[in-house]
Amino acid sequence: MSDTASNNGTAQRGGSRLGAATPWIVSIVILAIIPFVFTSNSAITIMNQMAITIVFALAYNMLLGQGGMLSFGHAVYMGVGGFMCVHIMNYVEDYSLPLPLPVLPLFGGLFGLGLATIVGSFSTRKAGTVFAMISLGVGELIAACSVIIVAFFGGEEGVSGDRTYGLPFFGIEFLHQIEVYYLIAFWLLLSALLMFLYSRTPIGRMANAVRDNPERAEFLGYSARWVRFFSFCASGFFAGIAGGLFAINYEILTEENLNLVQSGSILLITFLGGVGYFFGPIIGAVVFTLLQTVLSLETELWQLYVGALFVATVMYFPGGLAGILMMHMPAIRMGKAGLLVMPYIKTVLPAIIGTLGLAALIETIFHIRHAATGDEEMTLFWTTFNSHSVLPWLVMILVTVTGYWLTRRNLPELRRAWHEANTIDGSPS
Amino acid sequence: MDLVLVNLIDGLVTGLLLFMLSAGLTLIFSMMGVLNFAHASFYMLGAYFAYQISTYMGFWMGLLIAPIIVGIAGAGIERYGLRKVHQYGHVPELIFTFGLALLIEEVVQFIWGKSQMPYEPPEILQFTLFSISGNAIPAYKVFMIFVSIAIFLALLYVLTRTRVGMVIQAALSYPKTVEALGHNVPLVFMGVFGVGTALAGLAGVIAGPVLGTFPGMAFLLGSIVFVTIVIGGLGSLWGALVASLLIGWITTFAASYNVAMADVLIALGFEQPVDLSESAWRDLWSLTLPQIGPILPYLLMVLILVFRPYGLFGKRDV
Repeated sequence: MSDTASNNGTAQRGGSRLGAATPWIVSIVILAIIPFVFTSNSAITIMNQMAITIVFALAYNMLLGQGGMLSFGHAVYMGVGGFMCVHIMNYVEDYSLPLPLPVLPLFGGLFGLGLATIVGSFSTRKAGTVFAMISLGVGELIAACSVIIVAFFGGEEGVSGDRTYGLPFFGIEFLHQIEVYYLIAFWLLLSALLMFLYSRTPIGRMANAVRDNPERAEFLGYSARWVRFFSFCASGFFAGIAGGLFAINYEILTEENLNLVQSGSILLITFLGGVGYFFGPIIGAVVFTLLQTVLSLETELWQLYVGALFVATVMYFPGGLAGILMMHMPAIRMGKAGLLVMPYIKTVLPAIIGTLGLAALIETIFHIRHAATGDEEMTLFWTTFNSHSVLPWLVMILVTVTGYWLTRRNLPELRRAWHEANTIDGSPS
Repeated sequence: MDLVLVNLIDGLVTGLLLFMLSAGLTLIFSMMGVLNFAHASFYMLGAYFAYQISTYMGFWMGLLIAPIIVGIAGAGIERYGLRKVHQYGHVPELIFTFGLALLIEEVVQFIWGKSQMPYEPPEILQFTLFSISGNAIPAYKVFMIFVSIAIFLALLYVLTRTRVGMVIQAALSYPKTVEALGHNVPLVFMGVFGVGTALAGLAGVIAGPVLGTFPGMAFLLGSIVFVTIVIGGLGSLWGALVASLLIGWITTFAASYNVAMADVLIALGFEQPVDLSESAWRDLWSLTLPQIGPILPYLLMVLILVFRPYGLFGKRDV
């Protein structure tokens, strides 16, 4: 989870082999012990979901971040891989074939790869807008087919299976969530490592080159189209693995796994996390899953907030969360990050308070407009008040305005500190 | 024969409606190279604004004011949002409009709620204009046809016969040169974006009462509009018109003729399996035309992309 290697290839060049392996060892340790920290069933469910989303987001970023191809229909490859896995699960159960469950995601991956090969053969001709549109069209086509082709997609109710189909794997029958967790964690590590190594191979490097300047790459003798095609296929393969993991975890797949909503949310997750760095989608998946599970319990409007966050990210921080984190690397390396702490507290804290105030206002307006008539009581931030009286409104407006005003006032100070922290003192050593 | 006529009219209504959306989208695309994913969201905003205005001032004022508000909102988004993102490249622009589409849907749900709005055609047009062998054609449908055709003619006139249209066309091909000649190209871009979104808003105003005004309406139409401009050829106004009408008629006819796949297969000389539920091809045998109607546009698009990548009328290779 704390991988510091960037896919831009600047880091790690002179580092030792051990240095390169550190993030992976840390990840293994974290993944191994985290179920002992959060032991409740719901926590493990969330972690499973997170891990599956991470695999999918990393696969998606092979296209978006590393290949510069924006896909609006990537859920299809995950979904189809998942559907295939459920079918295999059912076949194995019906005919008692000797196929242990842990290898199942591989078949999902192969199926995703197969579909990506077919679609990629005509969709990777161009990148950018055209690719995005073809991916949208194909995605919609397959999603719409899922209601018609009942034999494979199961129609409206989808297809379901049972992961505990006989043949224990070294005595493990995957009855408990925790066993499934370790299975998913294993696949997460394996596919993340493979995807990382892929980005270091010549073909992975060429994907970056084609993303940045396809014309120049062609002059060097590489076919931009083939490079895109390979990235697309690899991405489809790992998306299929994510689908297989989804099938094992939830044991059911429906049309919802294929449609545009799913494809859109993976774009959101990846971009929020940051497409410029290999570990960006990981952050995105963790943050988004937490937002989804925690925020949706608190408020009906969570999608509005997520949407606003997304648009703000695209407009102001195109590097995503990972980009923001990595912006601080030079300052940290120079040992001047300490200079930033106070200005940050002075600007970010009021900004957070102001945003909470704004959110409170939005919630109150929503309550007034949509609550049952006569229901004027509402609870927000552990306070119950009457949404139709004036006082709470005044308080919320005051908090919002003061918060943003303080942020604005302290912003120049932060800017100065930022400049200070990023310049080398006196004589460069 | 009568049914054919009724379907022709229905398909024409759908097609012209699609055209109002795709015309703006294709203009914006050929100008800025950005596909506005939120285009159908402006269509939805048009319907909602018009509904809100119509509750105070009646339908006609809604028809007049709502597109203007949508156009101003569109121009503002271009000026303060899209132009900011433009420096990062086309893919972030596309992602921005995608996020915008999500956000607009959420905002609409926030203000008006999730249920359908009781947005009705005006009383004056709530009568049957004529009927074809028992199939009533409401006056509102004919009104929709006339509004769309009027818009198309006006657009064609402005683009080909006026000075503004000439500047726009020139800015499409040589933005740098046009700028050097002293025209404010960013302003032209903003104007085109505003007019394009206003057209989408107008489409929403007149479609809202018929197709329903609800938060999912943008999503329903959004991807079809994309398909339309790909089939027609990116950046081609005539292509957008032909593709819109084509899709309008295809979907309408597919929905009303219940041709079963089984009949087709038998006519082709295949033998129907005795026990359908056991056959792997059971879905193929039980297919009907109305069932596959909704996916026909996508199928058409994939075929177009494979065999004629620049669309029906497009000049540039996609």
